[in-house]
Amino acid sequence: MTDIFGTPSELDRRTLLRRAAAAGLLATPAVGMLSACVGGGSSDTQKQSTGTKSADNPLGIDPKAGTEIIIFNGGLGTKYATDVDTPLYNKKWPDSKITYSATEQISTVVQPRINAGNPPDMINNSGSNLMDMGAIVKAGQAQDLTDLFAAPSLDIPGKTVAETLVPGAVEQGTYNGKPYAVNYSYTVYGLWYNAKLFAKNNWTPPTTWADFTALCDKIKAAGVTPFGYAGANASYYMVRAIMTSAAKIGTEQVLKDIDNLKAGAWQTDAVKKAAEAWAQIGAKYTQKAFLGLRHTDVQLQQNQNKVAFYPCGSWLENEQAKDTPPGFEYAVTPIPSVTTSDQLPATAVNAAAGEIYFAAAKGKNPRGGMEYLRTMLSKEAAVGFTKLTKSLTVVAGSAEGLPLSPGLTSAAAMLKKAGKDAFVGYLFDSWYKKMDDESRAAVNELMYQGGTAQKFCDRMQAAADAVAKDSSITKFTRS
Amino acid sequence: MRHGKYPFIIGFLVVPVALYVVFVVGAYLQTFWLSLTDWSGLGPVPTRLSFDNFVNLWHDDLFWKSLRHNLVLLVLLPIVTIVIALIFAFLLNVGGGSKGGLTRGVWGSKFYRVVFFFPQLLALAIVAVIFGRVFAPDRSGMINGMLPESVPPSLFLADKRWALLCILAVLIWQAVGFYVVLFSAGMGSISQEVYEAAALDGATRITLFFRITVPLLWSTIQVAWVYLGIAAFDAFALVNIMSVDRGGPDGATSVLSMMIYRKTFGESQVGYASALGVVLFFLTLTFAALTLRVTRRDAVEL
Repeated sequence: MTDIFGTPSELDRRTLLRRAAAAGLLATPAVGMLSACVGGGSSDTQKQSTGTKSADNPLGIDPKAGTEIIIFNGGLGTKYATDVDTPLYNKKWPDSKITYSATEQISTVVQPRINAGNPPDMINNSGSNLMDMGAIVKAGQAQDLTDLFAAPSLDIPGKTVAETLVPGAVEQGTYNGKPYAVNYSYTVYGLWYNAKLFAKNNWTPPTTWADFTALCDKIKAAGVTPFGYAGANASYYMVRAIMTSAAKIGTEQVLKDIDNLKAGAWQTDAVKKAAEAWAQIGAKYTQKAFLGLRHTDVQLQQNQNKVAFYPCGSWLENEQAKDTPPGFEYAVTPIPSVTTSDQLPATAVNAAAGEIYFAAAKGKNPRGGMEYLRTMLSKEAAVGFTKLTKSLTVVAGSAEGLPLSPGLTSAAAMLKKAGKDAFVGYLFDSWYKKMDDESRAAVNELMYQGGTAQKFCDRMQAAADAVAKDSSITKFTRS
Repeated sequence: MRHGKYPFIIGFLVVPVALYVVFVVGAYLQTFWLSLTDWSGLGPVPTRLSFDNFVNLWHDDLFWKSLRHNLVLLVLLPIVTIVIALIFAFLLNVGGGSKGGLTRGVWGSKFYRVVFFFPQLLALAIVAVIFGRVFAPDRSGMINGMLPESVPPSLFLADKRWALLCILAVLIWQAVGFYVVLFSAGMGSISQEVYEAAALDGATRITLFFRITVPLLWSTIQVAWVYLGIAAFDAFALVNIMSVDRGGPDGATSVLSMMIYRKTFGESQVGYASALGVVLFFLTLTFAALTLRVTRRDAVEL
């Protein structure tokens, strides 16, 4: 049997080594595997369920067809879907069976199914592993939701779904003039602090930049770091703070121009002044070590009263619920005015809809997916969502009269004071991932690595110009 | 026996070759094809083929930066790891001098051998998380916590100049144990008479190391070099978990595999990511071929 492999010398050490090396090669680029599902998602669509449209069934769903939903299992949990939305849906459509699943990895689970032409009907595209919504729209995989927003609300009589939502909610799910996504939760952004610590020290939240820096001096003297954000993975909280300042200086138009990739949009006075003001905070009132920390670390330090102000959205209180000690009470204040000639008042805040839900265009039952979204946008579902997740929803006024936590009360009050000066903010982070990535690095440089406002503007302008020039990137516009 | 050779071999090979063609060769071919498209990763693949991705790659600063980092790792990781592993393996096997005609390791070498292997038993993700804490930039970090109050805490991973070296240190820490075991096994097969003869001629331990151990171990070192080089082309897990802002600060720790991941899953540019994959494929291939050629110094066969 020895001659099966020829003479033994044929397989000497050298050949063996060479073969071992060749085998080792395969260990590296698993890249090929990333695209394992190529070729699916052809343009022809399978047979989809529909029913007859009527006053009771404005979206024309097939009452007997099942609907499959997939929910992101993250900070908001999944209880709102299983305990509120699905029962509500089935109350109206008892014969339409809801197939439910949840995942923490949306793109890994859903993307292959989209490419195989077999997506779930309603998808909660969220979490750190979310799919690029712009690319989904471009690939024709998201259902046009015009009918949904024009349909009557499920339980607010006399109004269409669109009319029951806060301003800007539909706009945020709109890609090139057509709505494709429902941004369901409503987040208010500002500077978060410990109300009890501030009351004890007689610190009042500032409204002007001079007050802000004066207060920071006092806080620093008390041995507390006045301001901080986590550079390692949450630098986009800081991007939002700077962009909010820019909008306050020169109105939301500044941000719209940036989103629309207008030439020189990053070089305007408003952006430069905002970056300058914040760079000064970075140089004097924070700690360089925060560049290497994660959001959980910095948020914990704030809970320990080591950090005074933290820029974040209204999910913060719920996220930190476990770690918040008894002497800590979250409160939020708008980002102070940078100059005395700011075009928006000091009370103006950035409030945006988040958490994308969309119906798959090429699923078995897109109409059912839309009806599920209509159910979620009912007042009853919104109230249930706020109760369970301690987050506001885009359904206007649905949180009124509910007993809210201190942080959310403060956020709701801030929102009320802002009135019509609550603005949506920028969308480039979800439209152009490249610019999002660059802004995170640029803001870290500005705040923690001795960068300058001019450098920040130049870097971002270069990134925006590169995106504008790249024909492979789908462009979006807003007005 | 001769006439039954081919059916017999083919019978053995059909299944593995089929699996290999489908899951490896097929995937590679697909990557080559995708690298010529601007596919986003969703929906049908565009039919227009062009070399745009490669042109853009050429003008992409981050690509050159990542490539440089891969090359730094490629040079330093094998050299440092092999040197450390060789020294340890020598100490464990030969370093204790000889007694009664047998060479032995330093005192307690059996115990050390087990300890050296520990890092290999930890999943890479866990190693990355642990070292994230070791290198934490404030006093809560293990290293900064041990420094006296008067020394300002070092930023480590948050410092552009040191971030890549921190990652390299962890890669080395994790790899050394395995190569100590590999080299120990190689040294075990070097016959005692050779050492004995050299010792009789009055060779010191250092001479033994350079004149006996290294030449006789050459082929094993060569394999180690190739494997470590391939590991240096990867480094994805550590960079993804440990680094600031995934490959930062400001691209200071970005490597090709990290870029591929971000382009695919973050920026929906699967075509571009595939082009990066193609580049990585040729780099790895060139590296392996070069290594085998350059180190073609015939091993001493015994």
